[in-house]
Amino acid sequence: MSLSAAPVAAATPMERGSRLGNRIFYLLCLAGALAIGMLLLLVAYQLFKGSYLAMKQFGWGFLVHSDWDPVNEIYGALPFIYGTFVTAAIALLIAVPLSVGTAIYLTDLAPLWLRQPLVSIIEMLAAVPSVIWGLWGIFVLVPCLRVAVYPLLQKWFGFLPIFQGPIYGIGYLTAGIIVAIMILPIVTSVAREILRSVPNLQREAAYALGATRWEVTRIAVLSYAKRGLFGAAILGLGRALGETMAVTMVIGNNTEISRSLFAPGYTLASVIANEFTEASTDMSISVLFELGLVLLGLTIAINIVAQFMIRAISSPETRRVA
Amino acid sequence: MPPMHSVANHHYRKFKNAWMNTLAIACALLVISPLGFILFYLIRQGASSVNWAFFTNLPAPVGQIGGGMGNAIVGTLELLLLASLVGVPIGVLGGIYLSEYGGERINDWIRFWADVLNGIPSIVWGIVAYALVVKSPVEGHSLWSDAWHHLRVVAHTLVGLPMKGFSAYAGGLALGFMMIPLILRTTEEVLVLVPRSYREAALALGLPQWKTVVRIVLPTALKGIVTGVLLAMARVAGETAPLLFTAFGNNYWNRNLAEPVAAVPLQIFNYAISPYDDWHRQAWAGALVLMAIILTINIVVRIISRGYKSN
Repeated sequence: MSLSAAPVAAATPMERGSRLGNRIFYLLCLAGALAIGMLLLLVAYQLFKGSYLAMKQFGWGFLVHSDWDPVNEIYGALPFIYGTFVTAAIALLIAVPLSVGTAIYLTDLAPLWLRQPLVSIIEMLAAVPSVIWGLWGIFVLVPCLRVAVYPLLQKWFGFLPIFQGPIYGIGYLTAGIIVAIMILPIVTSVAREILRSVPNLQREAAYALGATRWEVTRIAVLSYAKRGLFGAAILGLGRALGETMAVTMVIGNNTEISRSLFAPGYTLASVIANEFTEASTDMSISVLFELGLVLLGLTIAINIVAQFMIRAISSPETRRVA
Repeated sequence: MPPMHSVANHHYRKFKNAWMNTLAIACALLVISPLGFILFYLIRQGASSVNWAFFTNLPAPVGQIGGGMGNAIVGTLELLLLASLVGVPIGVLGGIYLSEYGGERINDWIRFWADVLNGIPSIVWGIVAYALVVKSPVEGHSLWSDAWHHLRVVAHTLVGLPMKGFSAYAGGLALGFMMIPLILRTTEEVLVLVPRSYREAALALGLPQWKTVVRIVLPTALKGIVTGVLLAMARVAGETAPLLFTAFGNNYWNRNLAEPVAAVPLQIFNYAISPYDDWHRQAWAGALVLMAIILTINIVVRIISRGYKSN
């Protein structure tokens, strides 16, 4: 068969049909891919539209006022923004060191036969739904912390304002601990992928200089992976800010800002979860939309930063966990 | 780095090495221990309340025995079905685009934004579904809101989609939104594993490209795609926040998808924050059943896909 003899212009009906089929299928697939961008626009558009009323009424002051008085239609988002960041900060303080330690163990220290089972267990941990953590939090963790842990904390560190005041069991600290447990799996698996992407040449060079295992980890692995690990922590922050059900169940639902970590509080996500079905006026719904918009803006910004940092270091094959 | 010559220094370094080793092991133990805790308590508190009635009966008022979560279990299945109708076609088609058509640059962008979408809190998806399906149309007009309104009228007359109000449709839509980026990513991952030569052989035989994809590439990767879909379903099956003000919950059987529907995670939440011991027991039982379903899907998927991805 000679290629040059193939007539280009004269297409049979069958060829025309398959060309049309190709076209349609291509457009369908393109639509599926573009759905990602459309979804993002849809979310932003709907939240902006829904919060228009509240924005017009309160302006930027909404973000910095701390009064929350639905009866008199006075709304300020500060207590929820504060609670969101406090619980996320507690969660990160607990989860990041544990996750990085575990990731080091999984990539460099654990016996080979143990690695895959441990990874599977951590993936199972990620599959536990938020509401089940909340249930466990209410009936197991809260009583345990109230009776055994918080009184000791208060006895030893009671001179710090954050550990003063009455102990209820529920509150910022408890919510932070639950969120820490919930972000452990994602931070661990991203940190592990980051550490795995450190070239073995790095390690071998350090070993050749006579370094111990820990020195290899510190000098060759951790310093190389620093940025990626930071990205893993930021990704954990993004997840921590948006955790809803478990936090709603243990944070105590209080619209005032308290200095003590033992005090009940509120987060952006949990106030939406609690108040939405009870909101009756157009304004109260609009305010909750605006809280959702604040939450969306925060999580998108943080996720963008995290994805950039993780992508900068990890190879394409290792990206899928994030 | 400290100087490495003295014997004392050598001992210090070995000690520090051993100490850090222990610390890493302790971290790993602490990280996996919550799974043990949660399974232990779920079985201890929940197992005694899981019986036949639990799977078949409606919730009982406080003080009456024999209540169950039959309606919530069916409701969760309905929601998952609706969510899959939204999430699976869009996610799979998008995944096909990435593996078969897209260039490197656009693929990178789509992957990037899909990962960002994955990080959006689930309650936000609930708000969006609320705004799209539940909320009654507000005053004022714009091109978009008018277009959407007409679309709803058409959908209402054609297939009886609800005009407004809490409904299974709204809950399914919220969960479906969440499934799209998950399924898109897993589908792409398994499609690129299909050897290039399969596609070339099919094209060389004269098959048009779309038939090559539908008849050769998709069936080859089917196991992996199904795995991804199942994992996405397991992920959204436990979601509560997006259902609070969309599916809303229901104490009776849902006979119409345009009406509120119960879901297991919602029921667990409502029972857990109630003041009654009876309901707490039901919450634990529901949590045990939900966890069992989710873990089973995860384990089955892991067994199916073992050796599918080499590394």
